Amino acid sequence: MAEVKILYFAGLREALGCPGERLALPAGVDTVGALRTHLAARGERWAALDAGRNVRAAVNQRMAAADTPLDGADEVAFFPPVTGG
Amino acid sequence: MTVSVQEADFDVGAELAALSAGRRDVGALASFVGLVRDDGGADGVSAMTLEHYPGMTEAALQEIVDEAAQRWTLLAVRVIHRHGRLLPGERIVFVGVAAAHRGESFAACEFIMDYLKTRAPFWKYEEGAQGGRWVDARDSDGSAAARWEQGWDEVEGRR
Repeated sequence: MAEVKILYFAGLREALGCPGERLALPAGVDTVGALRTHLAARGERWAALDAGRNVRAAVNQRMAAADTPLDGADEVAFFPPVTGG
Repeated sequence: MTVSVQEADFDVGAELAALSAGRRDVGALASFVGLVRDDGGADGVSAMTLEHYPGMTEAALQEIVDEAAQRWTLLAVRVIHRHGRLLPGERIVFVGVAAAHRGESFAACEFIMDYLKTRAPFWKYEEGAQGGRWVDARDSDGSAAARWEQGWDEVEGRR
């Protein structure tokens, strides 16, 4: 399966205790939402990615939605709603 | 139409001057400068650290500027957003827009800031008397950006 680079930012990075990882996508994990569910299922601190939490995502450095496919994805990022400006 | 993401401060006067330097067609220059603010609450804000997503940040800002340039006739745009640790009173962000008339420059400047607040991957961490905390996104930022979609005909009609 394809391997992707996953990045975590800001409060989510702190909650997970990890800035990112490389992951071989398991069969069936073919959208942003499916990847998020897969990661949240690790339990404990990964509950920060649970469906009820306010988490945004990007695929290849573009804002993405839960149904965004991971086909062709090299880099996926998860982060809290942005607060710049 | 250039964007910069940098730790260094910027010179507002020099940036504004550069937007119309050597041109005869600019009739309006609108700008916005965002500063680190101590909200005056019991906890206070002693410093603010801006984290960003290198690579995506620059692309997201450029996309916002490009979208503004499609909506209005703009002659020059400059966006600078700082990252790193900043103190109250320090500048965070600069948006400058040069156009023929004030309508385009005011509207595009506000549009760029509204979209930047909801689409550019920056996160603020505040330090205060009780320690540090990540700043939550405000619902009002989402509605400020959304009005450019819902109320587009109305905005156009006002120009």
